[in-house]
Order: sequence, then structure tokens, then C-alpha cells
Amino acid sequence: MAHGPSENFFNRWLFSTSHKDIGTLYLWFSFAMFLLGGFFAMVIRAELFQPGMQLIKPDFFVQMTTMHGLVMVFGAIMPAFVGLANWMIPMMIGAPDMALPRMNNLSFWLLPFAFAILTSTLFMEGGGPNFGWTFYAPLSTTYAPDSVNYFIFAVHIMGASSIMGSINIIATVMNMRAPGMTYMKMPMFVWTWLITAFLLVAVMPVLAGLVTMMLMDINFGTSFFDAAGGGDPVLFQHVFWFFGHPEVYIIILPAFGVISQIIPTFSRKPLFGYSSMVYATASIAFLSFVVWAHHMFTVGMPIAGELYFMYATMLIAVPTGVKVFNWITTMYKGALTFETPMLFSVAFVILFTFGGFTGMMLSIAAADIQYHDTYFVVAHFHYVMVAGAVFSGTAAVYYWLPKWCGKMYDETMGKVQFWIAFISFNITFMPQHFLGLAGMPRRYSDYGLQFADWNMVSSVGAFLYGGAQLLFLYNVIRTIGWGKPISDPQVWEGAQGLEWTVPTPAPFHTFSTPPVIK
Amino acid sequence: MSEAPVHRNLLIKLSMTAVAMFAFAIFVLPPMYDLFCEITGIGGKTGGAYTASEITIDTSRKVEVQFVAANNATMPWDFYPTEHKVFVHPGESRKVTFFARNKTGNDMVGQAIPNVLPNNAADYFHKTECFCFNSQPLGAGQEAELEVVFILDPDLPVSVNTVTLSYTLFDITDRVAMQVSQIQ
Repeated sequence: MAHGPSENFFNRWLFSTSHKDIGTLYLWFSFAMFLLGGFFAMVIRAELFQPGMQLIKPDFFVQMTTMHGLVMVFGAIMPAFVGLANWMIPMMIGAPDMALPRMNNLSFWLLPFAFAILTSTLFMEGGGPNFGWTFYAPLSTTYAPDSVNYFIFAVHIMGASSIMGSINIIATVMNMRAPGMTYMKMPMFVWTWLITAFLLVAVMPVLAGLVTMMLMDINFGTSFFDAAGGGDPVLFQHVFWFFGHPEVYIIILPAFGVISQIIPTFSRKPLFGYSSMVYATASIAFLSFVVWAHHMFTVGMPIAGELYFMYATMLIAVPTGVKVFNWITTMYKGALTFETPMLFSVAFVILFTFGGFTGMMLSIAAADIQYHDTYFVVAHFHYVMVAGAVFSGTAAVYYWLPKWCGKMYDETMGKVQFWIAFISFNITFMPQHFLGLAGMPRRYSDYGLQFADWNMVSSVGAFLYGGAQLLFLYNVIRTIGWGKPISDPQVWEGAQGLEWTVPTPAPFHTFSTPPVIK
Repeated sequence: MSEAPVHRNLLIKLSMTAVAMFAFAIFVLPPMYDLFCEITGIGGKTGGAYTASEITIDTSRKVEVQFVAANNATMPWDFYPTEHKVFVHPGESRKVTFFARNKTGNDMVGQAIPNVLPNNAADYFHKTECFCFNSQPLGAGQEAELEVVFILDPDLPVSVNTVTLSYTLFDITDRVAMQVSQIQ
């Protein structure tokens, strides 16, 4: 019975049905995409280091901004959290594996193909997608490069992968919980992922539908988005953001879950307001479906529409505020220690809240006319995507890595990485608020001289931040290869939950017999 | 594998949800959007051909109707209204003309898309005849006088004193060629 993974390298990784191996594949893949998307960002910041055109042509610049967004959102952040879900959810709910292990293998192995296709467009005649990651029609239809069909195909494949992954997570959480593991006893990470998975099943098909409509407009003479044939490009924006707004919560809810696991551990207190956390997550998910047009305040909406979307958007601050309050209250009077995962988590709470506040500014319909499509928006969503999702993903890796590989990472190097990342992140994105408020538009390869100083500062920060990620990669590889072995199942003194009851490193099979939940 | 049927039920339900959302995006959202715009008049979309009925002309009001013509993107034709504005009584039928000339050396097909501002006037702007109901084929160097016959509904909100009718002219030569080749 006690058989391990296949001895053959290719059999083990290509045909794996183990949630742990697939989780590992997802995490490595997403880190590779993170470096690729990061490389695109470095190209962008290098060109913006000085005003004028130095390194690349404007058309290639917009291909870089487009690919940076697509690769980071769909290739780096989403698969990273699916990888964490694969590794942790079965161990957190006392299940032996995911519910549908073979589909799990398929949903991972679709991703490398999707991103190979997407990245290959950069080498095609006419270049890759150059219409921004939001690919608004008619830029992405009438005026798109020929490679747009490959882009559409890639989006279809990654969408199929996400839908399968989320169906698997829902089936695992709903059917495979250990006896006694009621819904309201599930760890927050499992809860946030359950809700995220439902969001994914609801909106990824809408994205697939949207790109299908594009495909038909481009190749089959329909005119969903072409005014010449009676269509409407504004329809594109409505359908896109009907997908796109839930998408941003798909990215951030699992991050909330990670933070809700880490902060109690290093505060040595249970999570404050568990049930309010669950309800807040569900409320955020529900509200995400009814606020989409706040991305389109400048499109020409009737005043009643602007007011509705403004107030509905502001309403999201309430459940989000509940979550921030609960994290802070969990830390209050706790026996705090600041290991690397905790540092990233505390930074998450501070910087995510900051990003939330700029979001509040953007939600004001009247003011948004000024902020729309400027670097203020860029700064805002990088505060929530990078300091939010990426910091939380980094925290999660440091937090669970010892459990995964049975070796301890280098704490000093982790802390050094944290401080470089924290400081350089703010050097990169804080000035972009100023640039945006002063009127610098996003997605341009050049800018007026008045923006020169802050752009240079921002680029310096970005290079430093990129360097911090290489340190992260080095630390992880060093840990797996040469880290100090540990065998304590608990790993962290204050950690609670089933994943800390299995041996360290986690054996290939865990919970073959369900644990007893008290 | 004792749990397999449980998983299968859930798998079927969730897959059907995904398929339903896909169909919703393609088959429900666009018509819903059009319907919403039609009901609210957002986007200034005007209706199709209007059959005039016996309506009384409201001589107590005079409304200014302005005409705007624009070419979309790379459309090279000359295209402009012959009169830039007219004053009409609500209920009165009025004919105006637009001028178009294909100044290129190629045969082309144009399509004009109308838009009415303010939004709350769109529902009350009736066109009994309009060149925008059809596409406009013009040979190389050809020119044409394009006609619109419109009636402002007497129910036009009293707050509206000026209505702007704008046309954007699109080059649909390729689109027509593609449809012809698909039929053949």
C-alpha cells in the first residue's frame, strides 16, 4: 500500500494524479510565468526610464504592456493560487486527494500549451497582442494584428483549464471533507477558495463567450462589436467587465484566505471573527457581479447608472473593511513574532488597505473622469495585485514550504528579500500615483518631460523589485536542495489545522484514513 | 471509488452551469444590451422605418434639429449634410438631404449609422425614410444625394429644444465582399 511516486521522472510529472505533485507543478509553472511577466515589466520600465524612445518601438511597447498583464493575471497569479489549493485543500479538510485527480492533471497540462501559444505570438509577423490586457474592441477586432486568433485560442484553453480546476476544488470541498469537518469548521483558505471556485465557474465561460464573439466578428462576418454592422463596441466593455470584475476577486479572495491562515499562527491566537470572515467573503463575491461598470465611467452612461455603480462599488468597502478589522484584531494583544511569512502578511494588510483606499477614490464617478486610464489606476491595481496577491503568494510559499519539503528556508535571506521587496515595491508604485494625478496616461511608450523624475524613480524601484524575486527563487531552490532538515509536524509554534498534524515533510499519501475532527 | 456518483452529479451540475454561462454571454447578453439601450434610449440608437400615421402638428412648439456627419476611421468619402440645421414643429414631416461622394478610384460600399442626442429624444425621433436603412454603394468618383424623412413625435419631452442627428459613415466594402463570397 505504501507506494510512493513513480520512479520515472516523466511518468511522475506528466501523468501525475497526486494533488501534491500537481500542486508543485502549478507553483513552478506560475513562478516561471511570474519571471516571464516580470521580464516584460522590466522591458516596460527600462523604456520608461527616460523620456523619448530608447530601446524599443512603440508597437512593441504596447505588446509588452499587454503581455505583461495577460501573463501575470492568467499565468502567474491564478495558477499560483490553484497550486496552493491543490497542495493545501485536501490536507486542510482531511481528504486523501482531490476529488477528480485525472481532470486535475489535464487542467494543469493545458496551461503550458496555452501560454506557449500566447507567447509565440510575439515572434509572429505583425507582432503579438497590442491592445492591452483588457483587449477592448475594435482595437482587438478591426485593428488587431493577425496573431489575435492565437490569442483567442490561448484564452479559450486557459479558461477551460480554470473551469476544470475550479470544478475540482468545489467537488473536493463539498464531497471529501473528513467526518465532522462541517462547513463552519473549514479553514478560511478553504472557504475563500470554495467561493472563488464558484466565481470562476460563473465568469470564465463569459470570458470564453466574449472571445468567441470576437472570433466571429474577425473571421465570420458577424458584428457583435462592429458599429458598421449594427453592433456596439460598448457592449464589449460591458461583457468584458462582467467577467473582469469578478476576476479581480478571483485573484484576491484566495490571497485573503492565505493571510487568514498566517496571521493567527504568528499572533498565537485564533482568527478573530471567523464567521464574519466567511460572510464578508461571500458578500464580496456577490457584490463583484453588480459593480462592473465602474471600470467604464467615461464611456457615456446615464447619470442614474453612474450613481448606482458608484454607490454599489463603495459598498464593497464594508465587507473588505470587516476583513481588515478582523486581521488587525487577531494581531491585537497577540504574542507576535515576525518570521518572513508574517512580515509579508502584515505588509499585505497595510498595502492592500492602501490600494483599497485608492480604489475608493476611483469609485467616485465624478473624480474618475480625471483618474481614468492614468498611472493612478496602474498604481492602484498594482497595490492590490502585487502587494495583495503576490505578497500573499510569497507569504504562503514561505509558510508552507517547510511542510512540503521538510526543510527550513533561510530566515535571514527571507527577511532580506522581504525588506527589499517592501521598499522597492513602494519606490516603484507610490510615484505612479503622483504621475497619474498629474495626468500621465497609461500604455504609452513615451511621456512629457514633466513626468521624467518620478518615472526614473519608479524604474529604479522596479529593477530592485525584480531582483528581490531572484533572491526568492534562490532561497526556495536552496531550501529544497540544502535547507536544514526539520521533522516537527507542527513547524510553526502557533499553527492550527489538520495540515500540521501530518508528518513533515508531508508524505506522498496523507489522510488515506480520514482524521477524527473534535 | 465509492464517492464517484457523488462527484459525477456535482460534475454534471457544474459543467452545465459553465455551459449555461457561456450561452448567456453569447446569446443573452448582447440582445439584453440592445433591448436595454432601446428602452432607455442610451446610446442614442434610433428605431427602424416608421410608418406615419395621422398625427396633429403641434404648431405651438418649434424644435431645432441639427445634423452632423462624420467619417469613421479611414473612410475617404466626402460626406456632409446639405443643411446644418432646420426648425420643425413636432408632428411635421420633413425631408433633408446629405451629400456623399466617393472620391477614390475604387467602387466602394458605405453604411451610415445614426445617433440622436440627447438620449431622451431618441425614442421620439422617427424616420419614415432614411438612407441609413440600406448600405450605399458608390462607384469610383460617383456622388449621391442621400435622403432622410423624419417626424418628431409630439410627445417629445418639453425640456428638449434642440435635437442632434448624427451619422457616422463606415466603409463596409470588405464586409459586403466577404458576405458575397460566403453566399457563392
